[in-house]
Amino acid sequence: MTPVHLSARRRSGLSFLAVVGAGLAILFGAPHLVGTYGLVQLTLFAAVAIFALSQGFVWGFAGIMSFGQAAFLGLGAYAYAVAAIDMGDSTVPVLISVAVPMLFAAALGYFMFYGRISDAYIGVITLTVSVILFQLTNATSGSQYHIGQAELGGFNGMPSVPPINVPGMPDDQLDQTGIWYVAMGSLVVVYAFLRALLASRFGRVVVAIRENETRAQLIGYDPRLYKLLSFTVSAGIAGLAGCIYVNWGGFISPTVFALSMSAQVIIFVLVGGLGTLLGPILGAVLIQGLINAAGGQSAVDPNLGLGIILVAFVLLIPQGLLPTARALLARAGSRKEPARAAAETARPLAAQPLAPETRR
Amino acid sequence: MDLTGLVAFNVVTGIATLFLITIGLGVIYGMMRIINLAHGEFMMLGAYTAVTAVDHGVNIWVALLVLPPLVVGLIGLAVERTVIRFLYGRMMDTMLATWGISLGLIGLVTTLFGNVVKAVPTPVGSFEIGRYGASLFNLVLIGTALVAIVALLGLLRFTKFGLVLRATMQNARMAAALGVSPGTIYMATFALGSALAGLAGGVLAPISGVSPDMGAAYIARAFITVLGGGPAIVTGTGLASGLFGFIDELVSFQTSPVIGDVALLCAAVLLIRVLPQGITGRFLRRSL
Repeated sequence: MTPVHLSARRRSGLSFLAVVGAGLAILFGAPHLVGTYGLVQLTLFAAVAIFALSQGFVWGFAGIMSFGQAAFLGLGAYAYAVAAIDMGDSTVPVLISVAVPMLFAAALGYFMFYGRISDAYIGVITLTVSVILFQLTNATSGSQYHIGQAELGGFNGMPSVPPINVPGMPDDQLDQTGIWYVAMGSLVVVYAFLRALLASRFGRVVVAIRENETRAQLIGYDPRLYKLLSFTVSAGIAGLAGCIYVNWGGFISPTVFALSMSAQVIIFVLVGGLGTLLGPILGAVLIQGLINAAGGQSAVDPNLGLGIILVAFVLLIPQGLLPTARALLARAGSRKEPARAAAETARPLAAQPLAPETRR
Repeated sequence: MDLTGLVAFNVVTGIATLFLITIGLGVIYGMMRIINLAHGEFMMLGAYTAVTAVDHGVNIWVALLVLPPLVVGLIGLAVERTVIRFLYGRMMDTMLATWGISLGLIGLVTTLFGNVVKAVPTPVGSFEIGRYGASLFNLVLIGTALVAIVALLGLLRFTKFGLVLRATMQNARMAAALGVSPGTIYMATFALGSALAGLAGGVLAPISGVSPDMGAAYIARAFITVLGGGPAIVTGTGLASGLFGFIDELVSFQTSPVIGDVALLCAAVLLIRVLPQGITGRFLRRSL
């Protein structure tokens, strides 16, 4: 598939086209192949895959240990639910579900990045924020907690959130197939957006800062600003995932803020491959599939399995499945064609815009 | 006047509680630069130890104050030997691994004990502050916290073990060159931090429901306090507990405990903007 004479740039372009093509094939093929039930399942997979992309970008490329990504998922979900109930038409609420987490991330990020706190502290603070948002939404039961007509409902959550409608026509609500098109279409768009962002000047500076913050700063870039912007962008993507998540179930509860939600998305990215974009998507589909399969039984709590997977990957396969598979393929290829292997190793690492990231 | 007395008593209790739930995390972070995300679950295991011991007819004081630190200390030792020791120097990986352990422990305890809230009886009654009743058990909390502070300071300052511990903390390679095994010291430190988490879980079991996910209720406050405290383990944790406990209790008294936690978070975010290294990163640097 990848002849040796192709430049890194051509290869990157080809892999981009392949992934987007596969995404579009799934987008338009799935409604013909699976029934409505299958489509609803797939919609959930698309939502968690977008969520995984937000984590994969901020952690794998910007090098920011955001351990409370569920905070932005939940803010997006609640923002959409509240706005959709109050406004009727869903077009503005979708925008709000992206904007609210971005504003929140910008405010939080200002204190974190401009305070120049260490990576570990960033992990701890983001995680703490999501825990506190969980406790806060849990405590909003009772009719006195409402925004407009939307009651927040505490730990019971908000039932019957109106789904997305055709823009401008509040009565023309999308059915399950329509929501699938929105969900999977969003996934393809977000993937393409992140690939374009990482190929841009901005993306290259972000990766440069991840690789060596001091050096990037000496060249004249302000790491604080770039980190803040990356953090904010990823929060917006997580908010979009939250919006689709609400549309999938028509229901939202404080569990979107729960620690297990943040842990799951970390596992998606780690299993799929840190420092890739396709990896988090594949990891999300794989692990969410396992969670769904485990939901059928009640003998063992699924958290036990998730915990074991997380520890096992950290200890044994810290680079994740996709980079491991690529390395294995490259090694198998090099046995057949020693010349190509020489070319592979001769290529400078910097020429690969999406090179597997070095872990910090 | 009576009300002032009651509020003051509650503030002191809040500070003591905060110190107890934080010190185990603080010992491990201060010594090893490892943020133990399973800290809340170690507390949960301490609480379950207390519940199980009381159910089997063990004396309530032994069940609350003696068994939890022993049991959880041993569990911490096992965790360090099987997982953590392979990850020294890889800060992010230790956080991820301890997060995995946290999830695994929640899953294991849910599988074994069921997702129900258990309770431990409070061993002592109440007393009067003027017209208000206050729980005597709060005095037990305050006493436990004071004993923990004194014991830790004594351990660090006056024993051979404490000296070696501090030396390893300052310069592990130099300590190793002088014949100390840093691996053994880290193992002991992790077990000590785990035991302190177990103690906190045990002593808090009577006043909080004991359930598999109870750890999440405490870790937010514990993390904030460790961040606020900075590098000095006992002094930092103590000062940050004092500051944050004061804020938490006063805001909780005016509104609700959840808003108290939010106020804590806001205070901590503002604090790290001014003092990114925590309180003892700027003041009292030479303290323990």
